[in-house]
Amino acid sequence: MSGNHHDRHHHGHDHDHLHPYDPEHHHPHRPDQDDTMTYYRLMEEAVRELMIEKGLVTPDDIRAEVEAMDARVPANGAKVVARAWTDPDFKKRLIETPKEAIAEAGHDIGPMKLVVLENTPEVHNVVVCTLCSCYPRWILGIPPDWYKSRSYRSRVVREPRAVLKEFGTEIAGDREVRVHDSTADMRYFVLPMRPAGTDGMSEEDLAALVHRDAMIGVTEVSGAR
Amino acid sequence: MERDFTARGHHDMGGLDGGEIDRAEHDYALWEKRVDALMMLCTNRLKLMTVDQLRKGIEALPPEAYDEMTYYERWISSVTNTLLERGVFTADELGAKMEEVRARYPDGVMPGGAAGGGC
Amino acid sequence: MPRFAVGDRVRVHKQFPPTPPSHIRTPYYIRGLSGTVERICGAFKNPEELAFGRPGTPEVPLYRVRFRQKDVWPDYDGNEADKIEIEIFEFWLDAAGDGA
Repeated sequence: MSGNHHDRHHHGHDHDHLHPYDPEHHHPHRPDQDDTMTYYRLMEEAVRELMIEKGLVTPDDIRAEVEAMDARVPANGAKVVARAWTDPDFKKRLIETPKEAIAEAGHDIGPMKLVVLENTPEVHNVVVCTLCSCYPRWILGIPPDWYKSRSYRSRVVREPRAVLKEFGTEIAGDREVRVHDSTADMRYFVLPMRPAGTDGMSEEDLAALVHRDAMIGVTEVSGAR
Repeated sequence: MERDFTARGHHDMGGLDGGEIDRAEHDYALWEKRVDALMMLCTNRLKLMTVDQLRKGIEALPPEAYDEMTYYERWISSVTNTLLERGVFTADELGAKMEEVRARYPDGVMPGGAAGGGC
Repeated sequence: MPRFAVGDRVRVHKQFPPTPPSHIRTPYYIRGLSGTVERICGAFKNPEELAFGRPGTPEVPLYRVRFRQKDVWPDYDGNEADKIEIEIFEFWLDAAGDGA
């Protein structure tokens, strides 16, 4: 929730070279996040500096953590999915020993305890955390805003089919929908079904079809583009 | 079915009617990533706190604050409180540092968050 | 040793912990209901203790319990077979013994 996008026109006016300032037609300007200091941003800066001054962390530690998180992106998960689609032995290992299998694919999931949920013609899986926002961040990165929203967290456990429909996903009435609420120490990763019409595609091309939302389970992977 | 317990936490929202899902997303700002980084360091490396302490701090927010604050605002608020409780720094140290930081932004500091998304 | 095995019927405690502030990982909507143990996840430190900076030991068995959506939401209008699965710590569970 980000209330106040307006009323912040105090910064330099480089853009006025393009548009001479006219208060009558001044378009509402959404400031860059970097030029808007807020109370909690200020708190972050203060706490970070105190931790550094006390020798608990270094600026480099922070930078390295940010970079490590930036490197955790859905494309990593997509590669794992594509490999599971093309290599049945890998898929078996992925389901039985996810940490080791994902390490084979080149990604370290750290201390995360992962459960891989395989979608089948009989079962569609979808993941939520109703109590906070638990997410397989070691493989997919930071969750999208909607995953953390009150609307998604409250509704998907009770009316998963309606929520899926909002994401454009219609699950056949005779197919079971299974919702997974991440309430404790496990994290969940959906292995989507391989779409029809993709026979003979390379692992790399298959990976390009797989997107984040399919690994959360709110969408399915559609066929060749 | 009688589920007659009377209280549920504000954060414990499974099954309520949350309205339509807003699927707009924002790119995380550097300060938000730094909050995330600080939390990772405090839990995994420094063992100064646990993720359950982070959650407890967030759950203790008044409902209005919980709904109004952005995701990483809730995090930094909870992390800061836990580090204060643990004596990693004192309230006086934090107050002085916040004044020092505030002085770097002569245009002022907005009360809430504009760099946002994702409550 | 875990008290329950895969396939056992279990019932989630119904109470709300009496003395807030507390921190629990058993959502409101599932309390008092019966389900089936889907898997044993292992043993983990107790989050209700960890939240207060205490050690959280001894570790507690954690289960994934599967519920029929029709049992959770009386007005559920999806497929009869639809399920919801939730992780629940052992101290929140009793044997259901109801065949339900």
